[in-house]
Amino acid sequence: MKVLLRQPTREIEVQGRRRVHALLAELGLSREAHLVIRNGTLVPGDGELAADDVVEIRPVISGG
Amino acid sequence: MKCRTCREPAVIDLPRHNANFCVEHFQQLCRRQVEKAIADHRMLGRDDRILVAVSGGKDSLAVWDLLLELGYRADGLYVSLGIGDYSEESGEHARRFAAERDLVLKVVDVRADHGFDVPTAARATGRVPCSACGLSKRHLFDRAAIEGGYDVVVTGHNLDDEAAVLFGNTLRWDVEYLRRQLPVLPATNGFPRKVKPLVRLSERETAAWCVVRGIDYLVEECPMAAGNKHLGYKDLLNRLEEESPGAKAAFYMGFLDRMSPLLVDSTAETATVPARCPSCGSPTGSDGPCAFCRLVERSKGREPVPVEFYTRGRR
Repeated sequence: MKVLLRQPTREIEVQGRRRVHALLAELGLSREAHLVIRNGTLVPGDGELAADDVVEIRPVISGG
Repeated sequence: MKCRTCREPAVIDLPRHNANFCVEHFQQLCRRQVEKAIADHRMLGRDDRILVAVSGGKDSLAVWDLLLELGYRADGLYVSLGIGDYSEESGEHARRFAAERDLVLKVVDVRADHGFDVPTAARATGRVPCSACGLSKRHLFDRAAIEGGYDVVVTGHNLDDEAAVLFGNTLRWDVEYLRRQLPVLPATNGFPRKVKPLVRLSERETAAWCVVRGIDYLVEECPMAAGNKHLGYKDLLNRLEEESPGAKAAFYMGFLDRMSPLLVDSTAETATVPARCPSCGSPTGSDGPCAFCRLVERSKGREPVPVEFYTRGRR
């Protein structure tokens, strides 16, 4: 699947399907600090992402 | 994963509530949390003239949207701080949000209106950028509210913001800051009332509100905030939250319920009439110009400092 990451904006390829929590853990990203979005829709922690999905992992933490 | 309320497929899991929600019932939860914060702390009256401090980020657009959802009328104020492309983009998001909903958005541009920008002011005054930025925003929001006849300034501070500030204040046992760390600051001495209706919503929840509502906010973080202490505290608290869901809310809400009343009682505010800044007329704690006018004075006419001066060498 294609995964769009932010700060800085970049795209990575992840092979195979994953549950959201597993993908975040694999990338070392906090569940509490990120949302996973597919086609403009939120995907919950146990939601399954298909091998051909395009997903965005959006950080939610602001420093202001 | 099913919605706790309707058993339809959920779109978000909220471990601190030990529950999952669909789009409709997640929005219901957010509205109820904001309604509760407003009611518990008597933040807003139905006839109040409300000014929302708008940055173009998720929290300020979420709070503006939620207030409208709950039937309040509110205008926005965007302050362009001269932080390069970041300010340009954040201003576009704020303007688009307002235009699409036919809302009033006032704009202050610190470079055009006051002759400085945040990177230059930080260098000129020796302040860290977030300090120069915060000082400027507080002053300009207060001033715009008073001059515009608004009763109250609403900010988008969320649970994570408040928990992180509380954590920092507690680490230093800064009793004076702890005493003032309330979701409502009453109007005093020429300053408008300031309220934080999002204190019962986490940062992940305000971002999720924007996603499910289709709010196009600026996702990128301010380039000058990277690496600041506040972000470090948030990171620590989020690690704790993952181990122990609800820890952030227990920390902050427990402070409000059980610690804050003791601090207020022990250090009653003395009713002093503040001096007026001879330059801008704003209330100030000192005899001379206020902190904002001193910052402007030291920054004006300086060679502009680019944002890259602060971000060079980072990834």
